[in-house]
Amino acid sequence: MNAYTPVLTGTVTKYVVVESFEITPADLAVRGYEISDGAMIKETCFGLVINGREEEVDRIITELRKVDPDHIFVKDRGFPPGDTRRCRANLGGARPGYHGIEQEMTIIPYVSHGLEEIKKRDSSEIPPPKNPLEYHLLDIDKLKNLMEAQES
Amino acid sequence: MAKVFIYPTTSLILSDMVARFGHTPLSSAVAIRERIQTPGLESPPLQITPEEPKKGLKWAAVEVPSGVRGRMALYGPMIESCEAAIIINDADFAFGCMGCARTNELVKFLLREKEIPKLDLNYPKNEEEGVVFVAAIKKFLSGLGGTP
Repeated sequence: MNAYTPVLTGTVTKYVVVESFEITPADLAVRGYEISDGAMIKETCFGLVINGREEEVDRIITELRKVDPDHIFVKDRGFPPGDTRRCRANLGGARPGYHGIEQEMTIIPYVSHGLEEIKKRDSSEIPPPKNPLEYHLLDIDKLKNLMEAQES
Repeated sequence: MAKVFIYPTTSLILSDMVARFGHTPLSSAVAIRERIQTPGLESPPLQITPEEPKKGLKWAAVEVPSGVRGRMALYGPMIESCEAAIIINDADFAFGCMGCARTNELVKFLLREKEIPKLDLNYPKNEEEGVVFVAAIKKFLSGLGGTP
């Protein structure tokens, strides 16, 4: 086994995912470069990957969120940008974590709508969510009706 | 500012919601980052060394596959340190990409055993469900204190 020497230690990496009709990752990247003070910013098809000191990355993200607050989403990333162990260019195919983002990108428009609406609506008017742990078993009367309908 | 465990631990939506409303999301990226930035022996791609399944013995028995124990070495400390949890129950992508389904079951079990505030949800499937989803998360996180 070889010794492992980490790079970019003491930094954090975050994804900025854009799902907006008004701005593109390129627009956001330009804005990021303008306000960046030593952070590494990489533009991707779905947004940006930002690496740098934690306070610097948080400052950039706070500014970027102002561009379109309800359509910009942020999450942490373990690897720095372009890391050969994760980068698509080296692996030949989608980065493993991309599939998760791809799946959630189909849901994000509903979440963006929710973020917009909760500012307009009174929170007391919004019903609580259904509890997913309460499994709705088939009611015995409904089953009986189904059986009778099938037999007749 | 509370530490909120999110499940699926790679969720972009949950990670963003928790940070947006003023709390700290505990996601797998944070655990991976610790290992990626720690010097030692090379063990690509995730720097998961043979030591991790040993650490995982704290949460899973020795006859449990090492894949589960190795993953528990990442998630176990986060479950212990979390002060609240948000769980999405119909996350299809949590199977496969995120790893062993048995780990997911164990993670959910440990969260349910722990006496902390928990929010169980499903992903929204239309715009109205999106409003309910966001409102529920906001209300839950506001109840934890901090500055939303």
